[in-house]
Amino acid sequence: MSTDTAAGSGPADTEEMTVREAIRLAMREELEQDDDVFVVGEDVGEFGGVFEVTSGLVDDFGEDRIRDTPISEAGFMGAAVGAAATGTRPVVEIMFADFLGVCAEQIINQMAKNRYMFGGKTEMPVTVRTTEGGGMGAASQHSGTLHTWFAHFPGVMAVAPGSPASAKGLLKTAIRSDDPVFVFENKMMYEQTGEVPLDENFTIPLGEASVEREGEDVTVVATQRMVGESLELAEELAGETSVEVIDLQSLYPLDTDTLVESVNKTGRLVVADESPLSYGTHAEVASRVMENAFYSLDAPIQRVGVADVHIPFSPALEDEVLPHGDDVKAAIDRIV
Amino acid sequence: MVVIDLETEDGQREAMRRMLTIRAFDSKAGELFGDGELPGFVHLYIGEEAVGVGACAALEDDDYITSTHRGHGHCIAKGLDPEEMMAELYGKADGYCNGKGGSMHIADVDAGMLGANGIVGAGPPLATGAALTSQYNDEGTVALAFFGDGAVAQGQIHEAINIAATWDLPAVFLVENNQFGEGTPVEKQHNVQNLSETAEAYNIPGFTVDGMDVTAVYEAVREARKRAADGEGPTFIEAETYRYRGHFEGDQQPYRTDEDVAIWQDRDAIESFKGRLVEAGTLTESEFDEMEATARDEIEAAAAKAKEADYPDPSEAYDDMFNQTVPEISAFADRMRTDGGEDR
Repeated sequence: MSTDTAAGSGPADTEEMTVREAIRLAMREELEQDDDVFVVGEDVGEFGGVFEVTSGLVDDFGEDRIRDTPISEAGFMGAAVGAAATGTRPVVEIMFADFLGVCAEQIINQMAKNRYMFGGKTEMPVTVRTTEGGGMGAASQHSGTLHTWFAHFPGVMAVAPGSPASAKGLLKTAIRSDDPVFVFENKMMYEQTGEVPLDENFTIPLGEASVEREGEDVTVVATQRMVGESLELAEELAGETSVEVIDLQSLYPLDTDTLVESVNKTGRLVVADESPLSYGTHAEVASRVMENAFYSLDAPIQRVGVADVHIPFSPALEDEVLPHGDDVKAAIDRIV
Repeated sequence: MVVIDLETEDGQREAMRRMLTIRAFDSKAGELFGDGELPGFVHLYIGEEAVGVGACAALEDDDYITSTHRGHGHCIAKGLDPEEMMAELYGKADGYCNGKGGSMHIADVDAGMLGANGIVGAGPPLATGAALTSQYNDEGTVALAFFGDGAVAQGQIHEAINIAATWDLPAVFLVENNQFGEGTPVEKQHNVQNLSETAEAYNIPGFTVDGMDVTAVYEAVREARKRAADGEGPTFIEAETYRYRGHFEGDQQPYRTDEDVAIWQDRDAIESFKGRLVEAGTLTESEFDEMEATARDEIEAAAAKAKEADYPDPSEAYDDMFNQTVPEISAFADRMRTDGGEDR
């Protein structure tokens, strides 16, 4: 991996902040460091973004660099692709991941394919930030988790932070990357707090998972909100079952080595990701482990996610379909 | 400096030479495809040469264009090398895209050519983005989007024009109305008399020019370019033209007759421009014949060279996906390859 990390540079200062603040800090630092970086999207300016992630940036960087767009995802996603191909580094906000369908053409046939189709003669340094996930009663068109789609499609990279620190580190890496990177933020995590390195060069390489808690009996590979819920569960189970929790962080590329090393130690695997269960992120993690650590497995791999339905509106229904820590517990109970 | 100054006699001869090169290139491409020499599809620009050459002549060297699936003419008009283009049509290693793009995806970003495009209507948002880069960095360059009449029915071009208009971006939107969107006549796809009426919705200038007249296209784009570079925003130009060949080579063309084609061929862009240059004393008949023969010879040589050129090494299929290395591609490729990837 070509991206620099803070590793080896000594313990940097940290500060407790929310995921929202960590993302905003990452953008602020990158905007300060590189004039080619600009933010573009619906209501990202004075309004500050519907989740207030870009709040205040326009005051410091101006409307040229924090750029409100018409409500036309295909138009401004395409403009970002054209801008990236000609030497700037756009950071695009797509308000809800569900709207990626609106601009899928510019992602699938232009952003993802140009470099390859043109024989490697163009670069595509575009970052797409978007929000995923249910839990707000926002119903099906504003609650989807679509990251598998983009992690699967060749030519773009996909990351999904599970903590404030990884939110900062992954977004900075994405912005500095000369390749297109999608950053999938779970909207229920914006208020989640944690220690975040203040080092302006703190980045997390694409394709690196993070072992958030070490354990001996079972590995839980989790993403986004499921990382925190799995850590809470591991704490609850301490003394009874020793749970290793890994924040997958990077969906593509994917850190096979860390997964294999963990399963070689624990012999058991649960994959927890808030996305539809069929053909998904869970399946990819399971396949990598099967291909590389099959003989270490002592029990069938378990998947925790959404049962291939859309996210319903009523709290009673929404709570039913979304995965939680107790679903991870049930999965552990099946195999430990 | 404009690429070709059509106000001068040298510029007029250069414009003629480029139109003849495009016609020779696409005539040869059609012949090669008919002979089964070329893989894939080819979409020929024959008949529309005045639009590409007139428009690119009016641009500056550093300006950008986006193109369509009928992009050979735009490439040559922007100054790309026919030899490298022909190699790409063959899928050879020396082609513009090292054999990964083919006819529909020729690009040379350094030359300002942001790619032919297999998706109808997908280019204008890219031009809006190139114009955004220009404005953002105060580069003074302009981005021109070529697109067809069929693309005017695509939603994303309207988004692209609206954004460019709202932000006063240095862009020019040039629709080549060649009278058919694939096999359906333009009047069956749009309810307006002239596609340039589209401009009214964005409060930008819009007009229709004779796309069989290289000078008319040049003058329209020159004015639009000046307006764009002066920070006054985009212009929408419709160039009325005609494609002599089918939508793609092999198209049986049940939607028109030879007589329909002949009506437009009477106004052929090359013949009419030649007539004017000969009348003005800029070019003699024999100079024209020599110019045409030279263009044909150049393309014949390019095709012969491309035919003999090497295909890319199969292992190159796994290159160029990303700027950075991802372990997945080499690991998966090694497993998939029948030779086990031994030569990698």
